Amino acid sequence: MATSAATELDTPLTIAGRTFRSRLMVGTGKYRSNSLMGAALDASGAEIVTVAVRRVDLDRSKEEGILYHLDTAKYFLLANTAGCYSAEDAIRYARLAREAGFNEFIKLEVIGDQPTLLPDTEGLLQAAKALVAEGFAVMAYTNDDLVTALRLEDLGCAAVMPLASPIGSGLGLVNPYTVRTIKQRLACPVIVDAGVGTASDACITMEQGVDGILMNTALAEARDPVRMATAMRLAVEAGREAFLAGRMPRREIAVPSSPTTGLLD
Amino acid sequence: MSDAGMITVNGRARPLEAPTSLLRLLEQLALDPRAVVVELNREIVRRPQLADTRVQPGDQLELVHFVGGG
Repeated sequence: MATSAATELDTPLTIAGRTFRSRLMVGTGKYRSNSLMGAALDASGAEIVTVAVRRVDLDRSKEEGILYHLDTAKYFLLANTAGCYSAEDAIRYARLAREAGFNEFIKLEVIGDQPTLLPDTEGLLQAAKALVAEGFAVMAYTNDDLVTALRLEDLGCAAVMPLASPIGSGLGLVNPYTVRTIKQRLACPVIVDAGVGTASDACITMEQGVDGILMNTALAEARDPVRMATAMRLAVEAGREAFLAGRMPRREIAVPSSPTTGLLD
Repeated sequence: MSDAGMITVNGRARPLEAPTSLLRLLEQLALDPRAVVVELNREIVRRPQLADTRVQPGDQLELVHFVGGG
């Protein structure tokens, strides 16, 4: 049997023609301080970081804007449409985000239910179609439904982002089968967005073969966000490597690891 | 007219003291025009147009920027 010491290199993650080094993407919300956020982002190794569009608070200093605390030469800003409950609102927010002048990427969220923050797939498809036509690179946050994922891809989305579990829940990957199926059936990048709670969740998610993970609360609400960011970076890499390595088959009987011959009488 | 001389900025009524441009208004509010996106009556006003766009009584303005989010 031929052996090879060198392991083949992974192909880089490319979304809408742009290549990224890291498969871990992180949010910038809910950190206890901006300096803690900066340190966590750095430890995560992430290149893509998400931001939200909101009114300027005219009663407060301009320093509340996230751009005063992020090195935009170092990070690729991915604006989201978080908080939008209709296609119309999401399109409005996406246009405002693009006007900020960074890039044409948008993480599209159209929420259909307040307690679970689950997507309104009808509104999502409608907004995705309109934004793709306007030249946006749409990364669509969706539930783990294959048919919706296929339709988002058909509409020309740059990436499809099924959830692991609800936003901010930390419940981990509740249905590996559906996420794996989506990844197997789509040609565009599949990035799992939302629900990852700790490093093992990230590792198991990457083992399904998906192209990357986006997370926020798992870092921001960890007791030590910087340490958790390090754990997530390693977990995403470990899960990716394990996927590429190809796991052994599962068996319901034991198979000895040591020779069964040469045993003493 | 009850709204004569008034504009709405981010949902809040505000007197329009003198005829002004959007750029001047941002300066009055101590906002950096490079860090804010302006929507005037639901239409985005691109940065190069801020100096030439007049603010009229009754205008509805939204001034937005990026904040932390997931």
